[in-house]
Amino acid sequence: MPVVQKPVTKKLTDILEEEKIIEMTILNVHNLSKTFKTSNGILTILHDINFSVEAGSTLAIVGPSGSGKTTLLGLCAGLDNASTGSVELNNVRLEKLNEDERAQVRNRYVGFIFQNFQLLPTLTALENVMVPLELRGEKNVRARAHELLDKVGLGDRLHHYPSQLSGGEQQRVSIARAFVHQPRILFADEPTGNLDEETSNKIIKLLFDLNHEAGTTLVIVTHNLDLAADTKRIIKLRGGAIVADEKTEVLKN
Amino acid sequence: MDRERFVYKKKLRLRWLMKMAWRDTRRNFSRLALFISSIILGIAALVAIFSVGDNVQRDIDEQAKTLTGADLIIQSNKQVSDSIRPLLDSLGQKRSKECSFASMVYFKKNNGTRLVQVCALEGDYPYYGDLETTPVSAEKEFRKNQQALVDRTLMLQYNAHVGDSIQIGELTFQIAGILNKEPGRTNFSTAVAPPVYIPYRYLDATGLLKKGSRFSYRYYYKFDSTVDVEKVLAPIKSKLEKAELRYETVASNKKDTGRTFEDLTKFLTLIGFIALLLGCIGVASSIHVYIKEKFNSIAVLKCLGANGSQAFLIYLIEVTGIGLLGAVIGAASGIAVQQILPAVFKDFLPIELSTTVSWISVGKGLILGMLISLLFGLLPLISIRKISPLNIFRIPVEPASKIIDPLKWMIYVIIFIFIATFIKAQVGYWNTAISYTVGIFVAFLVLTLAAWLLRWLVHRFFPATWSYLWRQGFANLYRPNNQTLILVVTIGLGTALIGVLYFIQSILVNRITLSSSGDQPNMVLFDIQPKQQNEVADLTKQFHLPILQEVPIVTVRIEEVNGKNEEQVKHDTAAKISPYIFQSEFRVTYRDTLTSSEELTEGKLGKPVRSPNDVIYVSLEEGNANWMHVKIGDTIVFNVQGMLVRTVLGSLRKVDWQRIQTNFRIIFPTGVLEDAPQFHVLITRIPSAEVSAKFQQAVVRQFPNISIIDLGLVLSVLNDILGKIGFVIRFIAAFSMITGLIVLIASVLISKYQRIQETVLLRTLGASRKQILSITAIEYFFLGALAAATGILLSLLGSWLLAKFTFNALFTIPWVAVIIIFISLSFLTVIIGLINSRSILNKAPLEVLRKEV
Repeated sequence: MPVVQKPVTKKLTDILEEEKIIEMTILNVHNLSKTFKTSNGILTILHDINFSVEAGSTLAIVGPSGSGKTTLLGLCAGLDNASTGSVELNNVRLEKLNEDERAQVRNRYVGFIFQNFQLLPTLTALENVMVPLELRGEKNVRARAHELLDKVGLGDRLHHYPSQLSGGEQQRVSIARAFVHQPRILFADEPTGNLDEETSNKIIKLLFDLNHEAGTTLVIVTHNLDLAADTKRIIKLRGGAIVADEKTEVLKN
Repeated sequence: MDRERFVYKKKLRLRWLMKMAWRDTRRNFSRLALFISSIILGIAALVAIFSVGDNVQRDIDEQAKTLTGADLIIQSNKQVSDSIRPLLDSLGQKRSKECSFASMVYFKKNNGTRLVQVCALEGDYPYYGDLETTPVSAEKEFRKNQQALVDRTLMLQYNAHVGDSIQIGELTFQIAGILNKEPGRTNFSTAVAPPVYIPYRYLDATGLLKKGSRFSYRYYYKFDSTVDVEKVLAPIKSKLEKAELRYETVASNKKDTGRTFEDLTKFLTLIGFIALLLGCIGVASSIHVYIKEKFNSIAVLKCLGANGSQAFLIYLIEVTGIGLLGAVIGAASGIAVQQILPAVFKDFLPIELSTTVSWISVGKGLILGMLISLLFGLLPLISIRKISPLNIFRIPVEPASKIIDPLKWMIYVIIFIFIATFIKAQVGYWNTAISYTVGIFVAFLVLTLAAWLLRWLVHRFFPATWSYLWRQGFANLYRPNNQTLILVVTIGLGTALIGVLYFIQSILVNRITLSSSGDQPNMVLFDIQPKQQNEVADLTKQFHLPILQEVPIVTVRIEEVNGKNEEQVKHDTAAKISPYIFQSEFRVTYRDTLTSSEELTEGKLGKPVRSPNDVIYVSLEEGNANWMHVKIGDTIVFNVQGMLVRTVLGSLRKVDWQRIQTNFRIIFPTGVLEDAPQFHVLITRIPSAEVSAKFQQAVVRQFPNISIIDLGLVLSVLNDILGKIGFVIRFIAAFSMITGLIVLIASVLISKYQRIQETVLLRTLGASRKQILSITAIEYFFLGALAAATGILLSLLGSWLLAKFTFNALFTIPWVAVIIIFISLSFLTVIIGLINSRSILNKAPLEVLRKEV
């Protein structure tokens, strides 16, 4: 039988170029809106949000209380369904996935840091950090969790339960947990909201150092303008819509 | 960065799930202990009862031959006819014969008299097992001489010794030995008339073989071990039945004994099941609260990438594991309890009960424990699947759908089927099982409704002008995180189950004591021959004793009903009449008036019969007429000791059987049975034990054939028996009561965890100890009182239904008990609630928050 060879329609360089472009965008939000039905009619929380985030960059989402920051973060991380529009995270269209599939996406690509730490109270610091790796079914998880806790300066508190740690220590555990499985993107929701200034500064430094080292994309939702100023780009939300989306340098100038 | 396509792979990672379940368990062990403790006792009770039931079955199998004492027993209530005698004499390799009857025994040494069961024995019976005697040789010796074996309790009662003399009828016997045990008899079966064995050849000489008295003849056979008794029996069965002889083999006896005990174990299993049901409530409520508090952790896990099934399975594994642990502890306790039970049961059983651990029962207990934890834990657990990871943010989450999860409905249905199936396995009828199960579910619904109503009422009519403490206490009943529903349902259902148990027990106990109290007759003389009638009456009067009743008794059988005899009824498939009525013996009397315990419900009492052409109108007791399927105007032909008497059913009566006096199912008019072979019964009331002893001696000396039942003695024996039965019931019921208490403590205790933050906050704001305790007391008092009141109402309804339809007894509300149960449960709730809050009050607020939350 004669072998018919398919004609090569694209040059290799083109493909590489395409991939590069795709790889460069880790998060792509398109026409996103979120509404709720309430007894007083329909409540719009987010309205027609569009933006994309380059891989490895840092971004702050700022805005007053009730502007929809946290809802936006929840949607971007696949914690909730959008009413309309789409979220593409690391090339995966989240709205096409069911709850379980989105959970796996989070486990594979996403890290979280919360305002109130959200450590599992029945697990020790070490076990809390191990969970994301264990969920993936990876081996040698203890050593890697241990290593990260060493990095955040808690190498001597491995077997303490969250209730035995201070707020700053708990947030450090939570940072270790967020980085341990080397996520592509990390969402931080007011990471210093529950901490004093001195601890906050230490936590921010730790967060950016680790981020720099791992090359993770970092999305921070915050009130704290100092913290926002440390990122490369700031998106301002008001009343559920984007009112500004600028590079930090531009804003500073 | 390498390019990677996202492909969803569903993996459960069971090992990790188990690890997570363990991690969660180790930090919450004290709280999960509540859940464990609610099932331990139920499982313990059931494992113990199952084990005893199992052992009884096995012991009966092993001891079956000694239970019967022979390979075959043929029994008759009258002298066997000459036609069948050759057959009886041809069976077996060894034969024994026994004639037994009730008679008075007279202890010559101290003039004691007592009704006994005289067993005149010929041959070497028992062939298996022994008549256990002291001295051992007496078992053989008494057969050779004019000697007797006397029951141990009788010897003790009359302080008699081996070698003393007793008089039975007109003959004196020397006591050869004390009879400790005989095949197939229990302490209960011999309590009223203890046995005395004499050699058969002296039977005639006692002069007690009078016509009209009740004799029982038993023929014992031993076959060679190679002979199949059933095969021998098969061809002669119909012959024996025709001659009105009953037969009993090792196999049939085994079945009968097993059946009797099966009923008892089934009843006890049901009581034990109540403990388990209460435990189920404990399981469901503790898991419910536990999972509620885990919402946040579950949301975090989902955020980190755990899927719904994984989150659900972590807690399912945890609950099942803890359930298994509870079941193991329960089963172990059950084995311990089982060691005690034989002592409790020994008076009911004709066998030596072993205490071998029945692994099947242990297995059943373990499975039951796990199943219950699973089923009742599943209800709160399935909500885990629906917990959104968004719960960790304080942002609006779409309100949960109001429609109940279909899975939840499915679990309710499975629970219903589970309960119904378990009850069916115990009582044997689907109808009963389903009505009991429906009852439990209705109780559950009523309590839910009551709780809902309480919340609504408090909310609607909130006492806004009352002091802060009252308002806060009241508000706790309906505010978010309120305990109203769960506590009202748990405490209420517990109260209802315990209430039913208690009320039914008192109905049964009342029924017995009713008949033994007051100015009731307490001595019955029977087997009085017609010619002795006047002399006995005179003797009674000499002792200044009242003749309360003096009735003739004639033994009759039924020959035909509406022209059909036994054969015709058997072959007539349309006939509703039971063929059994032709096989029964009836003891009837004749009179023209009703007694105080009778009431005419239909027709008229028959007129005295003056000429042979008069129609003889008989009167039947209602229930009996129903059983015989006869109505007024039907004809019944009686066989009166060989003579056929044609009668017409003239009236129906209602008889109060609970009165102590002679009551009859069938009454003839006067003028018919006067000349038939008969004996008389005389009923009197004896003022004291001393008069009783003297009167009995006088009667026995003058009329050795007359038997006397001292009802005082019978009642004390009966009391003893009932006390023992009551003890067994209470023993098992105690498991339910204690479980109820544990569940109450558990429900109040888990509510503590929900109130902690608030209490600490109030404390931080400066609330005094007294204020916090008052708020707690007010809240728990209302919860406890409402739950107890609803539970009591339900239990009264349940008891009334049971009394009316199951026990046929009158149910009057035991007000004192109701009030005591109400007050004690309300206060118990308050006290447990207060003890709970104390642990919070005695520590610094921050310390509490760190430790408990």
